Amino acid sequence: MHTGWQFIVDAGVILLLLAGVSQFRALPSARRGNLAAALALLCGIAAVLFRNPPLEPGAVVIAVLAGSLAGWAVALRVDMVQIPAMVAFQHGAGGVAAFLVSFVELTRHAAALTGIARPAGILGLIVGAATFSGSMVASGKLAGRLASRPVVLRHHNALLLLLIGLMAALALTGGAGPVLWLSLLGLVLLSILLGVLFSARIGGADMPVLISFLNATAGAAAALCGILIQNRLLIACGATVAASGSLLTYFMCRAMNRSLVRVFAGSLPGAPAAQPAPEPVAPASGQDPFVRAAESLRDARSVIVVPGYGMAQAHAQLETVQLGEILARMGKQVRFAVHPVAGRMPGHMHVLLAEAGVDPDTLLDITEINSDFSSTDVALIVGACDVVNPAAITQPGTPISGMPILNAHEARHAVVCNLDRRPGYSGVENSLYAEPATIFLEGDAKVTLRRLFETLQPPASAA
Amino acid sequence: MADLALMLAVFGFAFLAGYLLIRGVPPMLHTPLMSMTNAISAVTILGALLLFSVESGAVSTALGLAALIMASFNLVGGLVITDRMLRMFRKKE
Repeated sequence: MHTGWQFIVDAGVILLLLAGVSQFRALPSARRGNLAAALALLCGIAAVLFRNPPLEPGAVVIAVLAGSLAGWAVALRVDMVQIPAMVAFQHGAGGVAAFLVSFVELTRHAAALTGIARPAGILGLIVGAATFSGSMVASGKLAGRLASRPVVLRHHNALLLLLIGLMAALALTGGAGPVLWLSLLGLVLLSILLGVLFSARIGGADMPVLISFLNATAGAAAALCGILIQNRLLIACGATVAASGSLLTYFMCRAMNRSLVRVFAGSLPGAPAAQPAPEPVAPASGQDPFVRAAESLRDARSVIVVPGYGMAQAHAQLETVQLGEILARMGKQVRFAVHPVAGRMPGHMHVLLAEAGVDPDTLLDITEINSDFSSTDVALIVGACDVVNPAAITQPGTPISGMPILNAHEARHAVVCNLDRRPGYSGVENSLYAEPATIFLEGDAKVTLRRLFETLQPPASAA
Repeated sequence: MADLALMLAVFGFAFLAGYLLIRGVPPMLHTPLMSMTNAISAVTILGALLLFSVESGAVSTALGLAALIMASFNLVGGLVITDRMLRMFRKKE
């Protein structure tokens, strides 16, 4: 398997893939990067078919066509709001493929497997199967089919340890024939259970970490499968994906100021179950908040829009971008500030706003824009709570203390278009809502923003 | 042993190269990045194809076909959705 030209082909495919990945460092070239990755994988497939032609080409072609067409159709139809659920589902599909291949190889060549191949294959089986079930739970939560609350069983940690113990015992049994089959099958089932238990206790707003982590494990499963079958392309591609997923996991944890272990332990540390009920009183000023919000926007020279998961839930991305356009036409500087963990996956808000036609140049990162809030007239918050909660800075000992936030409270006014005044996922009261400079427009963001347009541009004067 | 060293070298090289390249990806492109790398993890399709290059039993064949379907779903779906997303990031005139 080490003839020179095979090595060259593999190296070429890997370099093409890495070249594709490198194109993602800038927007204009990213599309080319995706095409390069597609081409690299196509070359890999062609090389395999040429070297090891399938004995039953008909069945292979039908299976590949069926999968490809289904993938294509789903990819063209899926709504951008459902992207996180779709990506999580895809992680699961990758996990399935990895553990099936590992399973067949482990059972078929049991006697011939030497050295690291068997342990790597068994690990690949476990990681692949757990990625599959963990992703399905994550996808269900992200699609709203499962409750996004963390589900914590009694003795959750003990159960996980017991599962891992059982799996270790099964992995070490070895054997051949039916015994091997049964032990591997048991391993798959336990791994699936492990993935379910693992994902179940991770709540909605921690999904960006979970989905990134599953990205990494899907890659790791592919790499382990590659070690089992001694295929360089699988190892290299899987390793690249594992690197990418690990980095994103790290970025997400850093943006929440939480360790991976604390996210995966499910419960938010020290979040009291019952917070004092927020006072439902309307702001002291008796004036219609919409009129006040419209006034502050009209007077503003600069506006920073802060989107959050509430915008996705309300499907209000189009209205958000439209309001930005209206304000820009009125001569105001309009920019969008996106917190890394706003939404349900890394970059979620950017994709939604891009779909709604935002100018990518106005989408800014927390580090790029945070110092500008103090010189900004209006911070317009659309469905974001924890990521703009000043309690992260002012109050020690809360679950979000120390988390980097967008400094919306430093703007002259904050106009908040949130569903209600309840705390966000962290359970910490948002002290921004109580600031005198904050104008709270309660309700579904889509409806609220439309009403804000009308107040801003009365129909009579609308051009 | 030489095989093991080579495999570890390939893994280490790809992980490091991926890490260094991906560190520079702006947050704006994190969703498309994850979607694309996800499609790349469907590289297991190569492993699934290899299963069919030798004689095997009915169960193995059935599992292999399932792996092919899932991997090609993952591969094509991931790349197409990534392209769809990237096309949306257009500069305004």
